[in-house]
Amino acid sequence: MEDVILRVENLVVKFNLRGQVLTAIRGASLELHRGESLAIVGESGSGKSVFVKTFMGMLDNNGWIDEGSILYNGKDLAKYKTEKEWLTIRGREIAMVMQDPMTSLNPLKTIGAQIGEAIRLHQGLSGAALQKAVIEMLADVGIPNPEHRARQYPHEFSGGMRQRVVIAIAMACRPKVLICDEPTTALDVTIQAQILDLIKALKKKYNLTTVYITHDLGVVANVSDRIAVMYAGDIIELGTTEEVFYTPAHPYTWALLSSLPQLGVKGEDLHSIKGTPPNLFNEIRGDAFAPRNPYALKIDFEVRPPYFDITPTHKARTWLLDPRAPKIEPPAVIRHLNSTHGGGNYAK
Amino acid sequence: MIKYVLKRLGAALITLILILSVVFVLVRQMPIEGYFDNFDKLDESVIRARLTQMGLTDPLPVQLKNFFLDLLRGDLGESARYSVGASISDIIAAKAPLSIYLGLMSMGLSLALGIPLGAAMARSKAKFWDKFGTVFIVFVNAVPAAVYYILLQSYGSRALGISMLFDRTDPATWILPVFSMSLGNIAYYAMWLRRYMVDEMNSDYVKLARAKGVTSRTITMRHVFRNAFVPMIQYIPSAVLYTVMGSIYIESLYSIPGMGGLLVDAIKRQDNPLVQALVMIFSCIGVVSLLLGDLLMVVIDPRISFAKKEGAR
Repeated sequence: MEDVILRVENLVVKFNLRGQVLTAIRGASLELHRGESLAIVGESGSGKSVFVKTFMGMLDNNGWIDEGSILYNGKDLAKYKTEKEWLTIRGREIAMVMQDPMTSLNPLKTIGAQIGEAIRLHQGLSGAALQKAVIEMLADVGIPNPEHRARQYPHEFSGGMRQRVVIAIAMACRPKVLICDEPTTALDVTIQAQILDLIKALKKKYNLTTVYITHDLGVVANVSDRIAVMYAGDIIELGTTEEVFYTPAHPYTWALLSSLPQLGVKGEDLHSIKGTPPNLFNEIRGDAFAPRNPYALKIDFEVRPPYFDITPTHKARTWLLDPRAPKIEPPAVIRHLNSTHGGGNYAK
Repeated sequence: MIKYVLKRLGAALITLILILSVVFVLVRQMPIEGYFDNFDKLDESVIRARLTQMGLTDPLPVQLKNFFLDLLRGDLGESARYSVGASISDIIAAKAPLSIYLGLMSMGLSLALGIPLGAAMARSKAKFWDKFGTVFIVFVNAVPAAVYYILLQSYGSRALGISMLFDRTDPATWILPVFSMSLGNIAYYAMWLRRYMVDEMNSDYVKLARAKGVTSRTITMRHVFRNAFVPMIQYIPSAVLYTVMGSIYIESLYSIPGMGGLLVDAIKRQDNPLVQALVMIFSCIGVVSLLLGDLLMVVIDPRISFAKKEGAR
């Protein structure tokens, strides 16, 4: 059994939007293993950001955890209400790197002051020792000439450099879990790989557990040990990176992978998923993906599928995996993926 | 930075010289009655002689040159009708301090009440303080100032048991004028501070600060408040300098012998030299306060830097 650092069980998150209640997370469960790198993928609005925000009590004011638990170190974070409780988690245990480095830094404070604030808070340093730690942290994230850079303001940094600073701030808290919310989305393609390498190096150096949120499957392939696929506020497939890439089981994952431009054939239209994600204001019956799913069974519209284990590490929520379901072949592109990898098993 | 400051100073100086010249030329177009106390009774030859004596018959460029030379010596000229023969500097020196004291006190009060109110409104969005503040701001802006000034004067003086009129030697009579003058500014500061603070609170860097475990109190003080105040700081110098002009309405309501009605009186009495001097002083205040506001922004906000970029990108 793996060492579980964070266990989310049946989490339901709701938001109140102008008097209407929206269910953003519909009973998602997840185990985060110590030292692993997990990627949560899904389209915009699938709830991946909201999901991880609950780990730090960072939901917007109109959102709340309706059901479920988030167990961390034997404590249920879902029950945390006061800021005092959350301060024992934020930064200290779980830290976050946010999407847009251009807006994540206070424009009126020097880089050094912003990193120093985190160090003072979590490592209790001050004075010259604090300055030294700030400069070390900057050097650690690969910023050249850190003594000089610490005295500069965010606007004097490029996007990639700012993201390094944001990472330095997160790391200055000495967290055990680092959540990277689309850390490379706002960056130049040439910089993306550098930032991912940096996070990987820091993960190794500080023995971190990392969670990536992304909709870029290229990033996922590069950094993750395991993948959780989210759709309409639920994790519909979970497995090791290889399993999800080469033997995907949920029709949504099939559709997602088929949409990869790399898998398209030159001259042909790219695959796109028909329809739109479900309206989260409504109650969703059955499998949320069913209306867009060409392989949907009758039961998919009626009853929400449970998780079916494919291997001990791979599971998916789809009735297609039920022994009674008719055998359905995944689309050709996916079968091709599978065969290039030396064959897997769909037969179930 | 120093280069920028010098450039701005130079530009301001040129603006001032232009304004002074234009005002000077404009005042020259006014009827010459404005230079005499008893124009109708005077003989044509006497008028000629007096005009020549004042240098008003010289060609315009010469007049302008003399005017600037006088100005450099600090000589604003003499009043012709408002207070015959009195030096304009003396007239202003007698009235300005009172307006400045009242204005500064009112400004202090506005900041002392408006800023906490704005901050409280931003922190308790849609709760008590926000609603209270909104009602106050709407009231102050929607109801004509004259209405609540008069209400404050009559009920306030009764409640405090003090005279309705201002008496320089009685500190209690300072309260109502200062408070009345502050109401509009309290609403102004509260409204804008709330707005800027709410903007800052929703920014990503505040979320990052929260995610790194900073308490919301510290975030409000160190990040939100400071950043929200930057756009407001630009207007502080003008607020200070404009106190010189006084408040016409408050000063006449409480019969305060301040600067408030001086320009209006001077125009009514057609006192050309006094009008000229006052218009010039007020436009100088305008230019200088804009300049100071801009310079203050440079000091406070590191993003506004006019020094050469240091290979940051």
